[in-house]
Amino acid sequence: MIDFIKGTLILGGALFMLLASVGLLRLPDLLTRMHATTKAAALGVILIMLAAAMHFAEVGIVARSFAIILFILMTAPVAAHVIGRAGYFVGSKLWSGTIKDELRPNYDPLTHELKSGLETQENAKRQPRDTDPD
Amino acid sequence: MDTVILISQVIMSIALILTFVRVVRGPSLPDRVVALELFSTTLVGLVGVYAIKTEVASFLDAAIVVALMGFLAAIGFARFLERGGPRDD
Repeated sequence: MIDFIKGTLILGGALFMLLASVGLLRLPDLLTRMHATTKAAALGVILIMLAAAMHFAEVGIVARSFAIILFILMTAPVAAHVIGRAGYFVGSKLWSGTIKDELRPNYDPLTHELKSGLETQENAKRQPRDTDPD
Repeated sequence: MDTVILISQVIMSIALILTFVRVVRGPSLPDRVVALELFSTTLVGLVGVYAIKTEVASFLDAAIVVALMGFLAAIGFARFLERGGPRDD
């Protein structure tokens, strides 16, 4: 029984990794490619590490494989965010079928400034007061 | 169990090959960075499967190190891109 569960987990993890790489190869632009790779590959690693934890079934090794799972879960979103941000700033092209890019009207790529949507004459002339929160 | 491990290793090797195609073809540097990160993640999975196959649990430590290196490489490449270093896509 436990062999069956382990085999299912290993095969599932490998298939999710294959899915991630197929998505990386087939999707049209940087952001959709990242959408394919980060989630599917993280799920693949999580399934395989669960299989390893079930296979060895010792406290130290289970803790180690759960540490890998925790590490992947913490770092995959951070790395994806940083790469996506850098890719947008570098000016990588979005897919031609993109419907909405909300950053485009508010972001100035030359000065690297982002509008808040609250720019009025009154706000520009406003002096700081003592009651303002820091 | 050995058959399952062999099949999964073959599947993950195909995944590595497909990822490598994107590393070579990738039109811009961020695409290649994403592909390299997927490369290291797939490698973590391969090392985990190898640990199960050989019954040597110490390989999981190597998997931790590979995951850490992949993350640091992604962060470093992103910093490099944002600073605007020399690029040759």
